[in-house]
Amino acid sequence: MTNISRADVAHLARLARLAIPEDQLDHYAEQLDVILQSVARVGEVAAADVPAMSHPVPLLNVFRDDVARPGLDREAAMAAAPAIEDDRFRVPRILDEE
Amino acid sequence: MSLIRDNASVLASAIAEGEVSSEEVTRAHLDRIAAVDERVHAFLHVDSDGAIAAAKRVDAKRAAGEKLGPLAGVPLALKDVLAMKGQPTTAGSKILEGWIPPYDAAVVERLRAADIIILGKTNMDEFAMGSSTEHSAYGPTHNPWDLDRIPGGSGGGSAAALAAFEAPLAIGTDTGGSIRQPAAVTATVGVKPTYGAVPRYGLIALASSLDQVGPCARNVLDTALLHAAIAGHDARDSTSINAPVPDVVAAALNADVRGMKVGLVRELSGAGYQAGVQQRFDEAVAILTELGAEVIEVSCPHFEYALAAYYLILPSECSSNLARFDGMRYGLRVGDDGSRSVEEVMALTREAGFGPEVKRRIMIGTYALSSGYYDAYYGQAQKVRTLITRDFTEAFEKVDVLISPTAPTTAFKIGEKVDDPVAMYLNDIATIPVNLAGNCAMSLPIGLAPEDGLPVGLQIMAPPMGDDRLYRAGAAVEAALVDRWGHLLIEEAPAL
Amino acid sequence: MKTVPFDEALTRYEPVIGLEVHVELGTQSKMFCSCSTNFGAAPNTQVCPVCLALPGAMPVANRAAIESIIRIGLALNCSIAEWCRMARKNYFYPDMPKDYQISQYDEPICTDGYLDVTVDGKVIRVEIERVHMEEDTGKLTHSGGATGRIHGADYSVVDYNRAGIPLVEIVTKTVVGTGALAPAVARTYVAELRDLMRALGVSDVKMEEGSLRCDANLSLNRPGDPWGTRTETKNVNSLRSVERAVRFEIERQAAVLDDGGRVHQETRHFQEGDGTTAPGRSKEQAEDYRYFPEPDLVPIAPSREWVEKLRLTLPELPSVRRARLAEAWAIGEFEMATLVNAGILDIVEETVAAGVAPDAARKWWSGEFTRAASERGVEPADLPVTSADIARVEELIASGALNDKLARQVFEAVLAGEGSPDEVVAARGLAVVSDDGPLLEAIDAALAEQPDVAEKIRSGKLQAAGAIVGAVMKTTRGQADAGRVRELLLERLGVEG
Repeated sequence: MTNISRADVAHLARLARLAIPEDQLDHYAEQLDVILQSVARVGEVAAADVPAMSHPVPLLNVFRDDVARPGLDREAAMAAAPAIEDDRFRVPRILDEE
Repeated sequence: MSLIRDNASVLASAIAEGEVSSEEVTRAHLDRIAAVDERVHAFLHVDSDGAIAAAKRVDAKRAAGEKLGPLAGVPLALKDVLAMKGQPTTAGSKILEGWIPPYDAAVVERLRAADIIILGKTNMDEFAMGSSTEHSAYGPTHNPWDLDRIPGGSGGGSAAALAAFEAPLAIGTDTGGSIRQPAAVTATVGVKPTYGAVPRYGLIALASSLDQVGPCARNVLDTALLHAAIAGHDARDSTSINAPVPDVVAAALNADVRGMKVGLVRELSGAGYQAGVQQRFDEAVAILTELGAEVIEVSCPHFEYALAAYYLILPSECSSNLARFDGMRYGLRVGDDGSRSVEEVMALTREAGFGPEVKRRIMIGTYALSSGYYDAYYGQAQKVRTLITRDFTEAFEKVDVLISPTAPTTAFKIGEKVDDPVAMYLNDIATIPVNLAGNCAMSLPIGLAPEDGLPVGLQIMAPPMGDDRLYRAGAAVEAALVDRWGHLLIEEAPAL
Repeated sequence: MKTVPFDEALTRYEPVIGLEVHVELGTQSKMFCSCSTNFGAAPNTQVCPVCLALPGAMPVANRAAIESIIRIGLALNCSIAEWCRMARKNYFYPDMPKDYQISQYDEPICTDGYLDVTVDGKVIRVEIERVHMEEDTGKLTHSGGATGRIHGADYSVVDYNRAGIPLVEIVTKTVVGTGALAPAVARTYVAELRDLMRALGVSDVKMEEGSLRCDANLSLNRPGDPWGTRTETKNVNSLRSVERAVRFEIERQAAVLDDGGRVHQETRHFQEGDGTTAPGRSKEQAEDYRYFPEPDLVPIAPSREWVEKLRLTLPELPSVRRARLAEAWAIGEFEMATLVNAGILDIVEETVAAGVAPDAARKWWSGEFTRAASERGVEPADLPVTSADIARVEELIASGALNDKLARQVFEAVLAGEGSPDEVVAARGLAVVSDDGPLLEAIDAALAEQPDVAEKIRSGKLQAAGAIVGAVMKTTRGQADAGRVRELLLERLGVEG
């Protein structure tokens, strides 16, 4: 059913922000193909009328009250930041706009 | 008494009676860790100072006449997937190396409130993805029964710490068997509680709809005591069940299965199960019958698709849950040389910070959720999930608990399956259905497989919020086996 | 960029518009955690494990936000879902801590509504496709290169205070057949939504602070042809910009089509400076957001009782209210629009309710107080003057104790914190001089000083009287009734008024 190519792996890696080296694309393609072929078995089950299950608990409407409470102080919030400038998290330049 | 071999409940009463101090018990375990952990590698981080300070506080409380909880002063090994304020928390990954959480997981808060002494953080497969602990970025954990073998996974560190007498209690997490399978292969006890029974707040998520925190110990009663200490509603977890926790401790003390209806799941035995595993399982069935339980065979026809559904749902959720590890706010950042774009830096960071199994699953999940594939993969897996849940519901209309071997084989050799993901995934074949349905299950030791002398586990499964049934049945089987052997199976583990 | 004049473009093409409006809700706490939503706090001080996406943190939905979106849906005549889920929208971006946004996908909480807007006396029904719940992102600031622009920046910095603030997205169906009114319809729709949000009390809807943001979709087609390719213009952050952006896209797309070109389906950015739109960086491929149900949040199933309870809390719709007040105050559409745009409708209504005549209430608020507010950089309603103060001053004017000029002085003093109008009048000794004696003295003095003017008046040039009245007002420091001074002056000189 599936046949994962190098290009597929490269595409998935890009979507998932993984800089997979060129020379590993084939290896991953092979492994992903085997895995996907094995999980594709779910397609054998006739389940057209079966509802999809996203949550294993029968809970509904879980809300909290709208009350503001102090969170972390800035020092704790930013203690692990790889780069900081002017009390903000510094990040590399952005090419894409959302 | 032996400070490192005695069970948690024994230690707790000795501490409460003043026969021994929590500090002595804690130091004994820290000494044991220092002596054996180089070979076992159960721990990623030991917090000696914090543990001793906490032990001293318990001793001071006792001296002041304050009432202590049922596990007060007893040491515990915490799986490194739970945030602990001020202590390194890596989830077994390089990408979180050096990260110090500024907050405690809900379960850690409860452990502290129960005066349980946290010795340190235990090794695990990276982000809990694996069944052998070989996928830890910090090197594998070794099974105390045979150091060349895996201790199960992902919570191999917690199970090995128990089996190596480095801690009498441990916390694990179970997404597809990560508490139960390590318990099975190390002759310890582990419970995956009902989904929503123990708060997940502070648990680094693998697959949010499958993950559950649970107790591990060397016997059923200790496991129940720890279960009672960590279970119950927490408003910070929207999936937390706001209902009374079943009385698991009373159930563990009421080791009586007379009249209990036990269902043997036809699809979880036979082909693919090691002969010695099957043999010990058959013996356990006989014991249950002797004890007065009524054992019948039940069929859960959709279980054969559980593995496939699981290995779609889990990667899908994890591909999203692990997106936050992007090197922007915490953790590793790689390749930020001033010229690279944020997209490149994120990709280089994640490439360097994640191991191959994590990357495989992220890519599988990314694929399964992609437009054009969603319905055939993720959507279909969620439907199969419904069918598996219905199988359970129907079975539990006939029986009180279901049983199966916990894992199809005993502990395999380190390195044996590490490059064969699909073979590795088969370890979880019996444990996964429970996670898909949100049920609860226990693994407890039922003997050694004759062909390799390695531990075999019995899995007991119960419906949601039926956790007490696990303890009643488990305690009964355990008591019968202790009667037969004169001791817990773990006492037969080779000396380290 | 080539464009075709607006009127000419409309001779050949029909515009189809669609609007996506994001409204930041004015809840006390964020959507999924308890951090404060206050605007303007120091960077990264309103953050916690949840909104920073620290490993292990989990979301819990804010009940007030859910109630707000249901009320918005009801006010927009939408159906409220009986059961729906939040979904994860997966994409990597440094302003979004989890690298997915909790949003809604194919199960929005409100669907199929409408909002009627009036443009040029014509009622146009804008149909609403969906209203869904999501969360805001952090705020990026770009450094290096062209100042503040993302392109050419060397790096960026992020403040996550805004990350996780509840955001409601309101999406219209396509609006067709508006022709040359398209830009005005877009603007009026957004203005109407803004007023509605304000009336509901769910958001402060300050476009300048980004609490209401608009994306405008536009396509052109020749009459009778299928719809054209649409562009999505982002960054449209004022009512005026909404109108300009739509207008410009009509002019630009018409030029492209006239040249036989094709409009690219793309995201464009509105440039406040010159009123044009510019293309965003085109993506190599369409984003694949890999939506799936959020497993950390359980489904939302608003009971019908809850929904009906919320329906009872709906205020009068802004359009209905405006019509009612315009009639009561005997003013036209233009005057009403002026009050709405100045943000003083509420306070004028309150002042009228305090007993002030509608004309006077409008006059004070749109004149004196609007000016004072803008000088101080506050909203008129936040000035330290009450409706009761205005009512009291109007009473004093009616009784003749104050004139207009004195009344203004009283309000200046009230705004300066010198006390109530009565206290100011007493302390400053402000009162119209009603005793004729001192006025006659002042008139005589002024006539003596300006005999030539006196002569002119005597000879019948009554317009010259102004100079003497002015002089008297000056000597009495404005505390005289100018009308009375004029009467006395003419009497004195024996001239018929």
